[in-house]
Amino acid sequence: QEKLDMSTYPVESIRNFSIIAHVDHGKSTLADRLLEITGTISKTDHNKQVLDKLQVERERGITVKAQSASLFYNLEGINYLLNLIDTPGHVDFSYEVSRSLSACQGVILVVDANEGIQAQTVANFYLAFEAQLSIIPVINKIDLKNADPERVEKQIEKLFDIPRDECIRISAKQGTNVEKVLQNVIEKIPPPQCNTADPLKALVFDSTFDHYRGVIANIALFGGEIAKGQKIVSAHTKKRYEVNEVGILTPNEQPTHKLYAGQVGYLIAGMKEVTEAQIGDTLFLYKQPVEPLPGFKSAKPMVFAGMYPIDQTEYNNLKSALERLTLNDSSVTVHRDSSLALGAGWRLGFLGLLHMEVFNQRLEQEYNMSVILTAPTVPYKAVLSSAKLIKEYGKDQITIINPAQFPDKLSVSEYLEPTVLGTIVTPHEYIGKIITLCQDRRAIQKDMLYIDENRVMLKYLFPLNEIVVDFYDALKSLSSGYASFDYEDAGYQSADLIKMDILVNGNPVEELATIIHRDKAYAAGKLLCERLKETIPRQLFEIAIQAAIGKKIIARETLKAYRKNVVAKCYGGDITRRMKLLKRQAEGKRLMRKIGNVEVPRDAFIRVLKRETDK
Amino acid sequence: WPYCRKRCSYCSFNTYVVRAVDEAAVRACLLREAQTLLRLSGVHSVTSVFFGGGTPSLASPGTVAAVLEAVAGAAHLPAAAEVTLEANPSSASTSRLAGFRAAGVNRLSIGVQSLDDAELRMLGREHTAAEARQAVEAARGLFPGRTSIDLLFGLPGQSRDAWAQRLEAALRLCDEHISLYQLTLERGTALAAQVRGGALPAPPQDLLADMYEDARNVLVAAGFRHYEVSNFARKGALSTHNLSYWRADEYIGVGPGAHGRFVLRGEGGCSREARVQTLEPVTWMREVQSQGHGTRSRKVLNPLEQLEELLSLGLRTDEGITHERWGHFSPQLSLQDVFGEPGEARALQQEGWLVLDSGGLRCTWAGLAVLDSLLPDLLCQLQR
Repeated sequence: QEKLDMSTYPVESIRNFSIIAHVDHGKSTLADRLLEITGTISKTDHNKQVLDKLQVERERGITVKAQSASLFYNLEGINYLLNLIDTPGHVDFSYEVSRSLSACQGVILVVDANEGIQAQTVANFYLAFEAQLSIIPVINKIDLKNADPERVEKQIEKLFDIPRDECIRISAKQGTNVEKVLQNVIEKIPPPQCNTADPLKALVFDSTFDHYRGVIANIALFGGEIAKGQKIVSAHTKKRYEVNEVGILTPNEQPTHKLYAGQVGYLIAGMKEVTEAQIGDTLFLYKQPVEPLPGFKSAKPMVFAGMYPIDQTEYNNLKSALERLTLNDSSVTVHRDSSLALGAGWRLGFLGLLHMEVFNQRLEQEYNMSVILTAPTVPYKAVLSSAKLIKEYGKDQITIINPAQFPDKLSVSEYLEPTVLGTIVTPHEYIGKIITLCQDRRAIQKDMLYIDENRVMLKYLFPLNEIVVDFYDALKSLSSGYASFDYEDAGYQSADLIKMDILVNGNPVEELATIIHRDKAYAAGKLLCERLKETIPRQLFEIAIQAAIGKKIIARETLKAYRKNVVAKCYGGDITRRMKLLKRQAEGKRLMRKIGNVEVPRDAFIRVLKRETDK
Repeated sequence: WPYCRKRCSYCSFNTYVVRAVDEAAVRACLLREAQTLLRLSGVHSVTSVFFGGGTPSLASPGTVAAVLEAVAGAAHLPAAAEVTLEANPSSASTSRLAGFRAAGVNRLSIGVQSLDDAELRMLGREHTAAEARQAVEAARGLFPGRTSIDLLFGLPGQSRDAWAQRLEAALRLCDEHISLYQLTLERGTALAAQVRGGALPAPPQDLLADMYEDARNVLVAAGFRHYEVSNFARKGALSTHNLSYWRADEYIGVGPGAHGRFVLRGEGGCSREARVQTLEPVTWMREVQSQGHGTRSRKVLNPLEQLEELLSLGLRTDEGITHERWGHFSPQLSLQDVFGEPGEARALQQEGWLVLDSGGLRCTWAGLAVLDSLLPDLLCQLQR
């Protein structure tokens, strides 16, 4: 393959930008159109979410991994190099968004002409604003019936202080006015301020793993140049590498001789794991260290779930599937864990619930693995008061991620729970219901303001565990989908926590044990018992399903025994179908878990723990 | 005989309602297929014949006679062989039944279903309770000690008391054999649609359990032997034909949708096959005319599959599976070898659902009612 010569693009002809928006406002469609207009991809009907390469991304219509693409565009005789850096739109990935933005000098802020400004529009705007990027406001989907661009322009002016006449009205789907957006990118976004004469300073804003070539890091050069054969160092890991290949993404890999300051592309340098190229890391030349780029932080998991193979014989298969999947996702934390009931497994940390669901879906689709997932939990903390435990752990404050580790009240002086500051944007007719919902989730109101005649923005301080399971769905449901939600970490607060066990005929079901606030225990326990009653099949004896705190039973459901279970209907010699059914049931028995003498289907727990509105 | 005058509201059997039946053509095909399959099976002696359907009593006695003649011609049909005909009360007049007796039928099974007119209407039956009574009396006159009645319980909206009354009425009327079936709401039937749509209530599980227990107790108290999940007999009037299903004997199915289990000894085969005849009568007739039989599917049952069938069916009877019967299918592994060691069967025995002794493997009184909860475990054990 011919290598491109990137030296023909001086810094002044480069524009590095990103597209930011709330979910479904048309970010990826706009990216598709830009790729088409610049000839990067051919104009066909099949260009849908071109930058979303993962199956799960395409199915769920979301961007999970950031991609980038270098576009070439000629305006008034000058050849410009436009680097589009796609970003994940979901709140779980705000750190990735911020790192991608630090490689840009401007953003296109896309707002749906009907929905208007939503919570993530706001969140992403602030990220771009704080990074001092030029912002090009674009109002999308003007082709749809309910579009009201004028109203949205007013919102943008009021909330973001951007003059109405700067807004560009487009239809990304139809391509209307998209060319004007490109022109604005060139005219309004400044070129990068950097010098190829400076020592190399490259930001890693994403990385993927390829089985044949190793880790491919997406980089943006803030200074200097980079080429094959050079020796580079990672500021975070301090490890040294030799560059094998550099290039740009169009959006597929296109090797080049070099990459210069201000340019964006990829790098392959013999790294074996994506943890060696973490998002936000700085790369520099060996023996020429530079100030690392600010803002780097290790991924912080917010939601934990236990993952166990259905059967211990599947352990090794699951282990290698997890290893391969996390090769491409350095933000999943993995710790070995084990449970008396489920055997050897792992406790995984995710950036959020969506991250966890996408991960699980990829495990099923790409690796054909079905697993037992235990209750999602958040990282609680306990301030220990027992000398014995303090000695055992080596510190007086511990993080509890597995309910089995929950230290007893007697050994603890204070329990702490993580909190988040949530932003809700909603039409005002739903305010009452939403306030009730938030109060129900132990949240405290911090702010409330009208962003226009119809919309209100509410800020609440939530305990994280109150939103990780089904808050988002509840919010959407009671606002007919109009309310939006975004959140950020807000530290820890004191909490009256207890450990709730679920018992089946007196035997504890480990994977359903949860750490929960005392006030919520009864309702949660009752719900779990009811759900479990529906998923366990009747057996030849009565089954008592209970929720307990220590020795105290707080909720109970009873599953009656079968008194008749035999087919008493007319046959006529046709037993084939019945045999098939019986054999299928026999198969099912093999996959059952036995808790005491009660047979429980392995997916009973998943069904119990899953949100009701799920698939 | 795959034809009926109308379809009952709960029926999902392979039966057809047509304006006119070319009886001669159907008869010719039945004869032809019976002869072909008897020859293929290499069977020497037939122990029983069962005319099912549809409504077999709609066929003429002449057809019944012709079929029996054909069977007798292709194999030995002893005079004492049980020949059963299923009849609907609306085509079971004394003269008609006499015709069937003359044709060679020596046992009659009447589809009474219920002795309450309102229930009969809900079931979409063609007859009234009074007509059913008459039919049973006529049958008892012609086939004394060899008449059976079918009854349904668990009808939508039926109370425990109502069922108790039906049983009492049935006992006053019946001969020495009763088949009790629980109404099953099959997808696609009119009755199921009514229940699904909410026009009729779905019977609760516990009520069905109660009705079944009540029936067992009442019938046993009246001198019946509960010899199979759904079948009760007094004075030894068991159905030979149906017993052969549950003992996994060989049986040949003739006619549209009929099922069979036999070895093709006539062709030199030695494996037991599961066979089904083509369902649709017109297609079936074409196949019989061109190939001698209309077998839609045939599958050799491997030894494990045969044992699985024997286990699942045999446990439906009070006798269960004898050691000899098991040995016939499993010369190497005895019942004791499979189910005697510590495992699922042993656990079920300890809980009182099953018995394994010198008589063989069978359910206890309580176990029979929950057989489908026992079978998956036993199948697992057998497979291992």
